Formats: sequence, structure tokens, C-alpha cells
Amino acid sequence: MSDWPLPLLSLTIFLPLVGAGSILMIRGDAEIVARNARYAALWTSLITFLLSLVIWANFDTSTADFQFVEKANWIPAYNISYYLGVDGISIFFVLLATFLTPLCVISSWKVIQDRVKEYMIAFLVLETMMVGMFCALDFLLFYVFFEGVLIPMFLIIGIWGGARRVYSAFKFFLYTLTGSVLLLLALLAIYAEVGTTDVPVLMEHVFPRTMQLWLWLAFFASFAVKVPMWPFHTWLPDAHTEAPTAGSVILAAVLLKMGAYGYLRFSIPMLPYASAYFTPLIFTLSVIAIIYTSLVALAQDDMKKLIAYSSVAHMGFVTIGIFTFNVQGIEGAIIQMLSHGIVSAALFLCVGVLYDREHSRDISHYGGLVHRMPNFAVVFAVFMLAAIGLPGTSGFVGEFLTLVGAYQVNTVVALLATTGVILGAAYMLWLYRRVFYARRIRDHLKDIVDLDKREIAVFAPLVALVLWIGIYPAPFLDAIHASVIGLIDQYEAANAIKTATGPARP
Amino acid sequence: MYAATVFLPLIGAIIAGLFGRLIGDRAAGWVCSGALLLSALLAVPMFYEVAILDNPRDVELLTWIDSGTFEVSWALRFDALSAVMVLVVSFVSAMIHVYSIGYMATDKSVPRFFCYLSLFTFFMLALVTANNFLQLYFGWEGVGLASYLLIGFWYERPAANAAAIKAFIVNRVGDFGFALGIMAVFFLFNSVGFDTVFGATPGMADKTFNFLGWEVDALTTICLLLFLGAMGKSAQLGLHTWLPDAMEGPTPVSALIHAATMVTAGVFMVVRLSPMFEYAPVALAVVAIVGASTAFFAATVAMVQTDIKRVIAYSTCSQLGYMFFAIGVSAYSAAIFHLVTHAFFKALLFLASGAVIHAMSDEQDMRKMGGIWRAIPITYGLMWTGSLALAGLPFFAGFYSKDIIIESAFAAATGIGQYAFWIGVIVAALTAFYSWRLIVMTFHGQPRADEKVMAHVHEAPKTMLIPMVVLAVGAIVIGALGFDTFVGEGAAAFWRDSIVVLPAHAALADAHDVPLWVKLLPPVVAVGGIVLAYIFYMFRPELPGFLAGRFRAVHALLVNKWYFDAIYDRIFVAPAHAIGLGFWKSGDGAVIDGIGPDGLAAATRELARRAGRLQSGYVYHYAFAMLIGVAAMVSWYLFQQAG
Repeated sequence: MSDWPLPLLSLTIFLPLVGAGSILMIRGDAEIVARNARYAALWTSLITFLLSLVIWANFDTSTADFQFVEKANWIPAYNISYYLGVDGISIFFVLLATFLTPLCVISSWKVIQDRVKEYMIAFLVLETMMVGMFCALDFLLFYVFFEGVLIPMFLIIGIWGGARRVYSAFKFFLYTLTGSVLLLLALLAIYAEVGTTDVPVLMEHVFPRTMQLWLWLAFFASFAVKVPMWPFHTWLPDAHTEAPTAGSVILAAVLLKMGAYGYLRFSIPMLPYASAYFTPLIFTLSVIAIIYTSLVALAQDDMKKLIAYSSVAHMGFVTIGIFTFNVQGIEGAIIQMLSHGIVSAALFLCVGVLYDREHSRDISHYGGLVHRMPNFAVVFAVFMLAAIGLPGTSGFVGEFLTLVGAYQVNTVVALLATTGVILGAAYMLWLYRRVFYARRIRDHLKDIVDLDKREIAVFAPLVALVLWIGIYPAPFLDAIHASVIGLIDQYEAANAIKTATGPARP
Repeated sequence: MYAATVFLPLIGAIIAGLFGRLIGDRAAGWVCSGALLLSALLAVPMFYEVAILDNPRDVELLTWIDSGTFEVSWALRFDALSAVMVLVVSFVSAMIHVYSIGYMATDKSVPRFFCYLSLFTFFMLALVTANNFLQLYFGWEGVGLASYLLIGFWYERPAANAAAIKAFIVNRVGDFGFALGIMAVFFLFNSVGFDTVFGATPGMADKTFNFLGWEVDALTTICLLLFLGAMGKSAQLGLHTWLPDAMEGPTPVSALIHAATMVTAGVFMVVRLSPMFEYAPVALAVVAIVGASTAFFAATVAMVQTDIKRVIAYSTCSQLGYMFFAIGVSAYSAAIFHLVTHAFFKALLFLASGAVIHAMSDEQDMRKMGGIWRAIPITYGLMWTGSLALAGLPFFAGFYSKDIIIESAFAAATGIGQYAFWIGVIVAALTAFYSWRLIVMTFHGQPRADEKVMAHVHEAPKTMLIPMVVLAVGAIVIGALGFDTFVGEGAAAFWRDSIVVLPAHAALADAHDVPLWVKLLPPVVAVGGIVLAYIFYMFRPELPGFLAGRFRAVHALLVNKWYFDAIYDRIFVAPAHAIGLGFWKSGDGAVIDGIGPDGLAAATRELARRAGRLQSGYVYHYAFAMLIGVAAMVSWYLFQQAG
């Protein structure tokens, strides 16, 4: 739909930035500034979400091509353009980002009292960067957004975070920066080879085989940290524990998807030979991630750390699914990412609910909450079950499809990954028991109050989505189907050409 | 219309769950019970049309997952097999709902209880009406969830919480096999719909899978994986440890979920998949061995239990073993027949024991009961009825269904069949023994409870008695009524395509022609068991203690439930936590962080400290500085490249 009258993607990307700019203009009494900043951020993010819904409503599910394409010269001398578009692979990540930002704003309404203006600006800038990254079709533009995401996130952790925020922020930054430098080098090498950063063109380009391997490793360095894959995951628990609630939400829900999205958008289509070549590596790391981090999650005393480790395990299913190169695997991976985006966001918001009341993330601080917070207990249970992958929730559809995909290419991987289903149930149920059940509520929690209206407003849409994707995922699967088929066809065609002249892919 | 049978319980559950506090306890109870009674009522014409008039059909509801060739819909299948299951499940569940109105009357969260109970029934009905593997899995996990919620219903009790988690996790171990089985089915058949898969099964008989260089028979592998799921759900040897602990839940839950319906889901599943298991003889042999061994193991443990509910729980485990070894000799319809009769008499036994517990002021330990049969004669009579049916005394329900299983095992004329046959006979004696041990310890002898409790012993209210009487009638007549249709002359015309038995596997057909002594043996040994129980616990009460002292090792083995729990704890539960802690502290902490970020951080700490002095405190200063940094870096590289 390139003939769409408005530059819809650009509007969606830059509206939050405009909102941020207008917040910057607010002057006056501190209290009024804070209130206006909150409302400005809420309205901006809500309108952005509506815009993204318009994109979905007009999305053509029958084609694998990029839609709502916008292209303008940016640096003509170097053949670099401002080039945007969405396809079935990216559209739901755009929606995920625009859907969660207003929820983050609402959830931070009362909690953030310090530097409210700057906080809201950071979130709106973050939204621009996230949406831009998922829409960018020029590699350089992608890189700018990809790195740009880190800046507001670094600040959110570093300024509004917990006690060890500086350590966490730097760890986060060190890890991601290392990957970024290599990604940049890869970008330059690609530019030197092809002479353009136009992604659709690069997808058609056939890179020499050795170069593919090096480029793939450079991409891997950046994407594996973002996913995060074992053993590049240790920044995540620290970043999560120290980040403010909304920061954890975006980190888990959207930032973790950047790496997996990178594999789907760049590694596989541009470097099909290397992707096939390194599949065993991905499988190995993913299986380790699932089992290892599930066991680690079992030993956690800190709720946020537990959920952070469970994220690593869940993303293990995603990376397995992507590198199966079959329909079920890749579609399952995308659904699993969406589901994880919603469920982990919701779980972090649940921890936030408790943290706001008690200022503790220690599991041992709680116990018997069901006596005082029955509604919260139900809400938490729904997300716990989705995290466990109970059929009828979103978690099941993604997890099961990735495993079905994995079974077709490698039974051992499927077998080992499926053990995660047992371990996942163990650590989540154990967490739930320790927090919610007990003979009676602990004395220092006597006055804890159940969810208020604002919190219910945050959780209701998340619960609805979890059940929607779990029971009727067809609208989502339909939209991603054509693009996934296109990706697989291209991958298979590319490897067929190469296998004609070289050894068969592993 | 048909769909209403399945969805009415869900509607009841939603009403009780969302508006329970609004409408009150009694209303919530009656809304759910009403929905269930209506559902059971609707199941009757459905059963008549589908099973008797032979008019099976599938009701398509909604697309579920559609990903490439992996296409699954929400759909309800009504054929003879599912019609039987729907009728039994909705009927027994309706009775137990009504009973619960009385039993749970004084509980503080009645609406929550009914919400869970109705939700369970919905999942169970979805399970039995599935027309594909994935929906079967949906119902399967759903009943598991409901079971978890109901076992842990009294969340104030730590034991209940632990039992609930244990039930879920052990079932998940089974589901691990089930899930892999479904993946393997899709891999082999490129479909997960029952029709497609069953249709293609005969052609797949010689296919193999390659696993780590081994060539394994594909159908056998699939069937064994799926059977692992059935073992978890139906508490078969090895994965049975959760069922006795599940007795922490309220008694109506034990009756409905852990006796009559959910635990039989594994039996149902394998019968549903008879078109596949028939082509996997090795898998059938495994089913028979596991079933027979479970029947024996559980019966031996039941003999030494002192908690009234745990005796019945092990008994359930043991009876499920019967059903599985019936399947193992291809007597599928005998397994379903026993499933149906068992649903009646075992639900009755649990409800009657609930009435006893109710009468004894919530006491469950049989050592603190005794001497109450005059005070609660109706309950006493109901317990006798249930036990007679369970022990398989002539003309009670269990007589027909259990004997046909034992006879089928004999008629199978294989080594495994003989093993199952003899175990079946021995367990028949053990069953009678522990049942009358329960009756004598509970009702007879000197009262062992204190006076306050004894003064309080009373018959249950009508809402509890009427459902029990209805079930008791079923426990008496259903065997005689169903025999011909389920396993006799009319069986072939009744089951039609819903159960497949290869001509070579004719154990059930031959079972009617076994020698007379085979037919007589089970009821005879059962009477022997009853007599022995009376001797041990009424006339010579010093004997059990003497034997326990004499055969100390055997007694310890039984009391400790063959040490399964202790062993699992030692090799799975405890190490998992330790390994997790080790990975976390040593793996993540020392190795990965030590080499990676912390090592680097130490090197850059000096730099960081200097950078720290530049802090101004304004967000946009940081943002601006970093943006400039990125831009500068990019530009520099680009111009390098261009130049």
C-alpha cells in the first residue's frame, strides 16, 4: 500500500518525538509540569497506538512485500535513503511497542515523582526509536534507531533505577556496545561490498561465502546480546532488577525482540549460507539457555530476577524456532515473541504492583497475599499460566509451534527444549506459592491493598490479549503468514543455488 | 444443542467466578449445579442419537492454529466413545455438584469452589470430545489446571499447596511425553486431526524414526510417548506419586477428579487412539505390563494406609491399572466399561467417606474412628454398596466389568496376558481385603474418637444423601445393564468405528469362552479377601501388628509406599535446586561475569570515574551527548569509507 495518502509510518514514528518536544516546552510550577507531562505523554502514546492500529487495519495479509513504504533521499552521495516499510514480520512488533508505551505511562503515573518531565520524554523518545527500528528498511537508518534505543533505556535504568543502578546500567551498556561496534563494522563492510544500505536490495545480493560467515558472526555478536542468548545474558537480570517497572516492561517486551528481529530481517535473508552453517551453534546455545536458566530461575529469591531468567529461557524457544527455517518454527517464534512481550510485560507490572506497595522484590518478604489481594492473585495467575504455556493462553501457541518446527529438523533439540516445559512450570508455581499462599497473611502485609482502578485498567487489556492469542490466534498468524513463506522460499532458493556448487548445508 | 452440553459448565463457572461474591454462596452453588444438571440432561438425547441411533458427527466451532500445514480447529466430536464419556462425566459431575452444596456449606469460599469444579467439568468435556490431538491436549492441561486449583483449594494448608504443585509437575512430566508424541505425530502424518491420522496409520506400520543414529519404529515411539502422558494423568506406576497427595483437596474433588473422571482421561486417551495402538504391539505390551504392575503395587500399599481417603486413592490407582492392562490385551471396550462402572462406585465410595469425615468432625484417620455404624446407617449401607461393587461381588457393577478384564487377559493367551491375569486375580483378593479393612476400621469395634466427636456423629443432609443414593443405584445396576452393549453381543454394533481392534487381537471376544474356573476365581478370592479382613480387624485384631513385626522389611516397604517419593526427592527435587544455585553463583557470577563484563568493567572503571565527574543531572544533556557521540562515530566511519 505504497499509495497510502499519508506517510503513516513516519507519523507513527515521530509523533512520540513531537510529544516529547512539547513536554520539553512545559514550564511552570513543578506539580503542574508533572501533571501536564503525564497527560501529554499519555495522549501522545494513545494516539500513536491508534495510528498503528490504522496500519494493522489496512495491512494486506496476502503479500510478502513491504507495505506503507516511504522512501526519500537522505545522503544521496552515498546512496543512503530514509526508507520505511512494514511486512508480516515487523508489523506486530510495531504494535507491541505502541501498545505497551501507554500502559507504561499509566503504570508510572504515581510511582514516578522525581523528574517526571524527563521520565516521560525518555519514554516517548524510546517509543520513536523502537518503532523506527522495526520500520527501517535502510541498514544505516536501522542502525541509528537500533543504537538510539539504548540511550533512553540506559538513562531510564541509570536515573530512575534501584540501588545498584549504575553497575547495571554500565553492564548493560558494555555488553550492547561491544555488539554494536561489530554490527557497525559489518555494516561498513556490506556497504563497501554492495555500495548501498537498501535492505531489500541487500536481501537479493549474494554475498561470498567466507564473507557471509564473518558478517554473520558480527551480526550474531550484536543480536545474541539483545536476545539475550546464553552466555551473553548476564546483563539482563541485573538490568531488570535495577530498572524501574516500566523500564523492565519495555526491556523485556520490546528490547529483547530486537535481536531475534535482527536474525529474521538481516541474518537469514542476507546471509542464508552462514545461517544454515551456524544453525547448530544457535540450537546448542538455545537448548542450554532453556535448561540452564530455568534451573537458575528455580534458585532465585528476587522476583524480578526470576522473571528475567525465565525470559532468557523463553527467548531460547524463539531462537530455536527461527533457525528451523520452516513455517511452524518461524511463525511460532514470532507468536512466542509477541506472547512473551505481553506476558513478561504483565509479570513485571505485577512485580511493580507489589514493589510500589512494599518496596521489596524479595520473594521471602511476601506470603499469603491471596488473603488480602484476591483480584491481584487472579491476574497474576493468568499470566503465570501463560508463562507456563497452558493451552488456551498465548504462551502455548508460540511455544508449541516452535517445538513442532524444531521436531521436524532435529528431534534431539525438540526433546531437550521440551524439558523446559516441566522446569518452567516448576519455578513459576513455586514462585506463586511462596508469594500468594500461606496460612494467613504475614503481619507486616496486613494493610496491603488490592488492585485499584488504574491498575485494573492496565491489566485488563493484557489479560484479554493473552486469551485472544491463545484461543483465536488466526488474525495474527494470517498477517505474518505471507512474509514468513516469502522468507523461507528465499532462504531455500538461496541455499539451493549454493549447494549446487558447494557442500550441502548442515 | 450438542455444544451446549460442553459449554454450559463453562458458563456456570464464569458466573460463579465473576459474580460469586455478588450473588452469594447458595446461588453460586445452584447456578453451577443447575448448569451441570441441564448439561447432563442434554447429554441423554445426544447419547441416544449419536450412540444408539448411530449418528456420529463433528461440530466445527472456530479455527485455532493455522500455520502452514499445521491446521487445527476447535471442534467437538460426538461418536459412541465420546457420547459414553460425555454422559458419564456430566452425570457424575452433576451429582457431585449437588453433593458439594451440602458438603461445602460451611466453607468460606463456596463460589470459588463451584467455579473451579464447573471449570474442571468443561475442560473434561472438551477433552473427551476432542477431534484432534491438540484439543485433547488443551482439555488435558485444562483438567490438570483445575486439579491443581482444587487440590490447593484450602491454600491455608502448606500440605495442600505442596500437593497441588506436585500434581501439576508430575503431570507435566507425563505431558512432556504427550507433547513430544503430538510433534512426532505431526512429523509422521503431517496432520494432528484424528481422522487423517487414523486413516493413514495402517500405511505407517513399518516406518522408522532416526534418533541419535538409532532406527526406532515410528508408531511404537509415538504410542509410547503418548502413553507417558496417560501414565501421568492416570497415576500409573512411576508417575503415580501425586495422586495420594492429591487427597488434600476437598472430598467432592477427590470423588470427581481423582476417581471418576480426570484420572481416567489417560485410559480414555489410549482407547481413543486404539487405531494407532493396534499397530504398535510393543507399545500395547508396555501398557499391559505397566497397568498390571500398577494394579498390584497400589493394592499392596492400600492395605497399610490409615487415612480413609488415601486407601481409596490407592484403590483408584490400582483400578486404573486394571483398565490399562485391559487395553494392553486390546480389550478397549472392557476398559471403558470398567471406567464407567468405576466412575459410579468409586465416586460413591469417596462421597461416602466424605460423609464419614463430615460426621467425624473432619477426622480422616481411621485409627481414630470405629463404632459409628449405628449412628450413620445410611452412609454405612452406601459404603457397603460401593465396596461390594469395587470388590466385584456377583451382580454388582464391578463384577461384570472387572471380571471381563481378567477373563480377557486370560484369553489373550500370551505371556503378558498370563502375567496380567494372575496379577488381576491376586489384586481382586487384595481389593476386597483393603475395602473391608476400611469398613471394619471405620465403622465397627470400639469408638476410638473422643466423646465430643462421638456425640456429634450424624447422618449427612439430603443434598449429600440423594446424590450418593443415585450413584449407589448406578453402582448396583450399571454393570448388568451395560454388559451386553459394552462388551457383549451388542458391542460391535455399539462402538463401530470409535474403537478399532485388529482381527488378530480377539482377547475380548474369546473372553466369553474361557474355562469356568477362570470365571469363578475372581469372586471367590474376593470373598476370601473379605473374610480375611474380618479376621484381621474384627476377630483377631492382634494379627496385623504381629505380622507387621514379623515381616518388618515388607511392612516398611508398604508403609513407605515402595520408597518412590523418597527416591524422587533424592534424585530430582533436591538436586534441581542445588544445580540451579550452582549455575547461578558459579556459572553466571564467577565464570561469565568474571571473564566478561566485570573484567572489562574493572579495566574501564578508572575511565568511568572520570566520566562521572561530567554528570550534570539533566536528562537531555546525557541524551544529547550520546546522540552526538553516535552521530560522530557513524560519520567518521562513513567518511573514512568514502575517502
